[in-house]
Order: sequence, then structure tokens, then C-alpha cells
Amino acid sequence: MRIGVMVCHCGNNIAATVDCEAVAAAAREFPDVVYATDHMYACSDPGQKTIEQTIRDLKLDGVVVASCSPRMHEVTFRRAVERAGLNRYMFEMANIREHVAWISLDRKRNTQKATDLVRMAVEKLRVDRPLTPKSFDVQKRVLIVGGGVAGIQAALDCADGGLEVVLVEKKSSIGGIMSKLDKTFPTIDCSVCVLGPKMVDCGQNPRITLHTLSEVEDISGYVGNFEVKIRKRTTYVDWTKCTGCGACQEKCPSKKVPDAFNENVSLTTAINIPFPQAIPKRAAINAAHCIRLTKGKCGNCQKVCPTGAVDFEMTDEVVTEKVGAIIAATGIDLFDHTKLGEYGAGRYPDVVTSLAYERMLSASGPTAGHIKRPSDGKEPKTVAFISCVGSRDRSVDRPYCSGFCCMYTAKQAILTRDHIPNSRSYVFYMDIRANGKGYEEFVRRAQEEYGVEYVRGRVAHIYPKDGPDGVQMVVRGADTLLGRQVEIAADLVVLAVGAEASHGAPELAEKLRISYDHYGFFLESHPKLRPVETNTVGVFLAGACQGPKDIPASVAQASAAAGKVLALLSKDKLESDPQIALVQAIRCIGCGKCERTCPFGAIRMRELRDGSKRAEVVETVCQGCGICSVTCPVRAIQLQHFTDSQLLAEVNALCKTWDETIES
Amino acid sequence: MPATPPRAMQAMDLDAGRDQAFMDQVAHESGQDLKSCYQCGNCTAGCAYSHDYDIPVHQVMRLVQLGLKDAALSCRSIWLCATCQACTTRCPNNIQVATVMDVLRHMARRAGHAPERLVKTFADSFLASVARHGRVFEAGLAACFALKSGKPMQDAGLGPAMLSRGKLAFLPHEPGGSAKAEVAAIFERFAQGRHRAPATGTKAEDKA
Repeated sequence: MRIGVMVCHCGNNIAATVDCEAVAAAAREFPDVVYATDHMYACSDPGQKTIEQTIRDLKLDGVVVASCSPRMHEVTFRRAVERAGLNRYMFEMANIREHVAWISLDRKRNTQKATDLVRMAVEKLRVDRPLTPKSFDVQKRVLIVGGGVAGIQAALDCADGGLEVVLVEKKSSIGGIMSKLDKTFPTIDCSVCVLGPKMVDCGQNPRITLHTLSEVEDISGYVGNFEVKIRKRTTYVDWTKCTGCGACQEKCPSKKVPDAFNENVSLTTAINIPFPQAIPKRAAINAAHCIRLTKGKCGNCQKVCPTGAVDFEMTDEVVTEKVGAIIAATGIDLFDHTKLGEYGAGRYPDVVTSLAYERMLSASGPTAGHIKRPSDGKEPKTVAFISCVGSRDRSVDRPYCSGFCCMYTAKQAILTRDHIPNSRSYVFYMDIRANGKGYEEFVRRAQEEYGVEYVRGRVAHIYPKDGPDGVQMVVRGADTLLGRQVEIAADLVVLAVGAEASHGAPELAEKLRISYDHYGFFLESHPKLRPVETNTVGVFLAGACQGPKDIPASVAQASAAAGKVLALLSKDKLESDPQIALVQAIRCIGCGKCERTCPFGAIRMRELRDGSKRAEVVETVCQGCGICSVTCPVRAIQLQHFTDSQLLAEVNALCKTWDETIES
Repeated sequence: MPATPPRAMQAMDLDAGRDQAFMDQVAHESGQDLKSCYQCGNCTAGCAYSHDYDIPVHQVMRLVQLGLKDAALSCRSIWLCATCQACTTRCPNNIQVATVMDVLRHMARRAGHAPERLVKTFADSFLASVARHGRVFEAGLAACFALKSGKPMQDAGLGPAMLSRGKLAFLPHEPGGSAKAEVAAIFERFAQGRHRAPATGTKAEDKA
């Protein structure tokens, strides 16, 4: 075998603490090494050209590059050796930057360790074998989990690019949090007016299949060929017949159902359409409050329905969809302020969340756009807004900034002044985070044009006090700029509740086999350079499920994720990584341990004609994790490119250098 | 020595005023990470005694963060703090603010600062009473404090009412058994600078 070695200086990154020339000189003495050199930047164009030229000139069979982490440039060098006619797996990389140069300043010992790592790589390369990827067909369909603005945008972009889209939404209508908002910052345009057309497009696009009131139950398969089981919860209404006329809602006698769409500020009926712009605009029955379903009587809706759509015998349905890629767009939930006793823990009706206030501002909301105190229906004259409720607060395990509360608080304060011109608003804040386009100017407008009083300090507690116009909420805080306690008797208090990961997010992450952080936000593959990818190939992220985001950021990320999916599924066939498990049938004893241990379901037991069993790896499903390989009691499964003999070659090389060091 | 940071309009030299040893000592004695305070003001917002403070509690924390030792140790606030723990309860960064105030009070005492002389006098009288009797002897404490404070008649009016309700005894009622000795041992340990009980606690001895 003829091996070439290149030791990279990486500018000063490696050369400052490793004698690269000495490493190359030592490598020349290793078995089968016919050429070794050092280079300023192996990854640069001249560096790659040198590798290619040397392979051709010296008829090399394999190449070792000692440089950075394989995560950086393994692909670069594999392509280079491939261009020169070698198999891409006849290449090994020794990491002498992250593993040597960056962790120690001892030049002598660094040089020794770098030499050891090169020796290991050479010894492994001597037993490496060429591997060839297989190709497989892909489903040109995409599953999008979550029908908020991110999911909607991703669905429209994917459908526009020619893909079939399956959009799954937990609620009965798509639209998410954005559909609940009255106006959006910093332009004060009507939220549902700009979202509505996109929702309608989603409902009408022939390439988009909507599954609302549905949840992902199970996901199997792999990139290009996922199989997804979706549970469609029963609506007790046949949506192929329902026209969304609303006759059922008028006649429903169960009228005391908390209206979740209106943040439980108001009541609705057991059968209802959540809001006028709902997509699909179809009625669904809330089984817990339906008199017919709980007590066996009534059935008014069934009698009045002009199309006979109501069906009390309906049950959940599980549908299976095959898709090539998945976008998670599950968004956020809001911090539960009832955890905070000092703000009333939900006991005071006139202390409301920002989203409930948003519904009160909205013309389609419970108060038809008139701000009224929940306690007595009076118009508030003094409104206090409290920022960072469940944000930047380690004591409730929410140390992060939710990012958008400063902005929506400024917006709500402006809208309050618009709705009630003689009102006064106070905003208690710690710092103002307004780093988007036009955001800072917007907050300044709230203060300068609309006269919103900003008070820098947290609020310690809120308590009720009888005033001349009924009970007021006394807000006791601090003005840290003034250095004193302050308080204000407010008619209404709005808590700017922060963002939390969607409450089912960790369970979904486990089904998708993607990582999530301590708070339940999904982890991107790289925080800067791979922000919409996950570490599971074929699964992408859009919107606030990855971390709190406002609408523009969610939409941008959704389009980015759609772009990634379109690029992935633009190919008719995908290549599978050949670094996967392989069963030597002759050694396999058919014990089935590998089948049970495989986390991806990539191993099947095949029955031979004599009735005995052998394990078999489904090549496209195997992710190359190697668990089966260490589980096998007879070493019949080997992970390609990481076989026992290849790993032992490395270990032996290392032991040999140790022997030599001890002898000398 | 100014009781508050310089109020004059000239700029304060942050580097010159910074006493790193003081900052380390407060952190060590209180066991609190003072850097995690982001000056939200919630301690001040919830403080029951802010109206009598010369420096609000969040600014006391700021003085410690900047290492301004003299200003922190000479303020009245640390003596007026009732250790009600509202600040500790409300702190979003889990800082035990009341503990920091307590530590500052001890340090001020050692440094000879006591701008609230009566608070110190009362604390001294109280501890002297407990040290002598094993628990507080109210009548003795009242008399001692009245004399030392220089206002002997200030609480005299309360005496008859308390006596008639059995709240005040003429003679000390010292705890029985080994309790008095145990309390004395606490004072002994504190005097020797050993704040914690030895590993073999007194509970095991009680059982024996």
C-alpha cells in the first residue's frame, strides 16, 4: 500500500505549538508511507491541489491529513481524494488542532502527541477498505408539525416549490398565537388581516393536506422515507358535510364553556367554531362540556344542522402518511403566571396576561375590542404593564429573555392610549430589548408620542384596595433610577408573560429523535451555521420551537427550513452513508440482541430455510451508531469503517509508541 | 466618612474605589454570588423598611458589587434591616439578600461602624441577657437597654400592662437541664470563631 501524509499548520493555530515539519518527518518512517509533507493550509485550494496531484504522481492508495476536527473538513478532503480517483473512505484525518494544539502549550509533547495521532491514522488506513454508498428513492412529501405562522409559511413555501405538504395542528384551526393577536409591532397592522390570506391559501392549496385537532403519534423510518402515524381526534362533526354555518353554535344550550381561543376571558358553547377566520371553518364538539355526550340528553346541534354533519358516534382516527422530510414548528406556550403568588396567582380578575389583554383589544374578541375590566366591566383609566413575568427569572427556572415581550408591551400600551385617550399607562421594566428593524423607534414613540410612563424596576407585589371607583390593584415596585419604592393604584394590570417551549415539545422531540434543551426548546445542528437543521437528517426546525422568536424571525426561519427541505427533496434519489452496521451471517447465532438494542429499528431477524434466524441490517435505516456492534456476543456485527480490526490497529499503534517511549 | 457614596458632582473613580478584598469577603461570608445581581430593584420594591433607609437595599447591593466598602459599611440601612426575608424571597436570581445585609452588619460592627447606635445597643443588651441566663430575661433586658440607651423612661409606660398580663417576670426563668450550658457553648464557639457545632452534635448526647 502507498500512503501519503499531509500535516497542516492551520496558519498559527497548529504550528504555534506543534512542530509540523517534525511530525511530517516522523511520518515518513511509518510503514507504507511513501510521502509526507507539511502545508500552511491543507484545506485551501492549493492544499487540495497538492493532495490530488500527489495521489496521481505517486500512485497513492490512501491519504492521511493531520489538521482540524473531521467535523470541519472531513468532507472537503474526502472530495479531494475522490477527485484524484480514490475511494473517499481511503482517507483518514488526525485531529491535531482541537485535540493537541489548542489544549496545550508544551511544544515538545504536542509534537509527540501529534506524531502518535498520525501513526494511529496511518495504521487504520492500512486496514481501511473502499466503501460505496447506496442510493434509494425519496418521498417528495413533507410533514409540518404545528400550524402557527411558522408552520403555515413553511407549508406554503414547500407547496409552492412543488412538494406535497401534510400539515398537522393540535387545535381545530390553524393560525396559532398570531391569529389571537390584535395588532402587530412595530407597524400596528392587523394581525389576522395579514395572516388570514396565508391561512386561506393553506386551506385551499391542493398540495396541502390539513390535519387539525390532530397530533403526531408515532414516527418511524429515516430521511426520504418517514412513516408518520397521526391521531385525528374526533370532532363529532363530519367535516366533509359541515359548512361552518354556525347554526349548531346558536342552539347549543351548554353555554358556559371557557373559551380557550379567548384565553378563557369569556365563555363559549360546547360545539363551536373558534373564531370567524378559522381554517378550516368547521365546528367541533368539546366532549367534556357537551350535554349529549356527558348526560345522554340534548342533541340540539344534530337537529338543527342543515347538512346532518353532527355524529355523536364518531371516534378518533389514526392515519398514516409517508413523507421524505419533517419540519417541526410547534411554537411556544406562555409562562403560567399562577405560579407567582406575589402577582395574585390568578386570583385577581383584573390582573390579566398579555395574551388575554390582546383578545380584549381585538374586535373579534370577547369584548368586541372595548377594553373592560373583567371584574366589573368598567373602562380602566390606569393600566400597569409588568415586564419579564416568567422571563429572566432564575427563581422560576426561566433565566432566558423571551425576546418579544418588551415590544408587545410597548404596542399594547400604545393601543391602550388609542382605545382610551384619557388613560394613563405605566410599564415596569428592567431593560428594554428592542433590537429589530424599527423596534427602538417604536418604543420611543410609545414614550414620546403616547406618553407611556416607563419605570425601571421590578414589581414586588400586587394587592387589591378599595378605591372611589371600585377595587383597584395596587402595584408596588421600585424605581431603581430614582432609588426608591414606588406604587401605583391601577384599574387593570397586564402581565407580560414570557415564552415557554410548547408543553408537548419534549415528547415530540423523542418521537422525532432530535435533541432538546433543559427548557424543552429543540436544538439546532449548529447555532450559527446550521440554524434550521437538527442532528437527525431530514428533520428541520421552524419558528419558536427552537427558541423564543417574534413573527418576522419565525417567518424567516420557516422559509429557511422550507428551502432546506426543497433542496433535500429536489433529488430523486438520496445516497445512504455506507458507514453502517454489517452482519457476517456465518458468525450470527440469531440471538436477536441486536434487534432489541437498535434504537432505530434498523435490524430485522430473517428466517432461513432450516428455521434458524440471522440478523439483517436495513441499510437505509441504520444510522451507524454502533450499539449493535458492542452488543453482539459473537462479534458478528461490524460497523463499517470502524471495524474491530480497524480500531485495534489504532490502539496497537498507540501502544507501540508508548513502548518505544518507555524504552528510550 | 460619608454615609452614602459621594454625592458631589465630580465623577467617581471606579477603579480607585474598588476594594476587591471586601467584595471577596462579603461573597465568602454570605455564600452568595453577588455578580448575579442585575439590579432589577425587586428587593427594594418589596422591602418593608425602605422608608427609613438612607440607601435602598438594591443600592447597598450595588455598593458591594462595586467594592465601595466604606459607603456600604457606614450606611444606616444595614442596621435597620429587620431580616424579614422579603428581598430574599423575591430575588429573581436566588440571592439571599437578607443574608448579605446581615453579613454587612457584622462587618460594620467589626469595623467600628454603628450609625444606628440604639439598634446596636439593643442587640448587645439582648445577647448579654441570653448569655447570662440561657434565654432572654425581659425585665432585665428592658432595664439594661433603658439605661444604656440614655432614655431610661422611654418604655416604662408599658411595664404595668405587661406585668398584669403576665408578660414580664421579676425574676429570670432560666432553662432547665443542660440547656443553659448548651447556650453558653454557642457563645463560646462564636467567641472562638467556630460558627458551626462540632461534628458530634449534642442531639446524640441527649438520647444517651
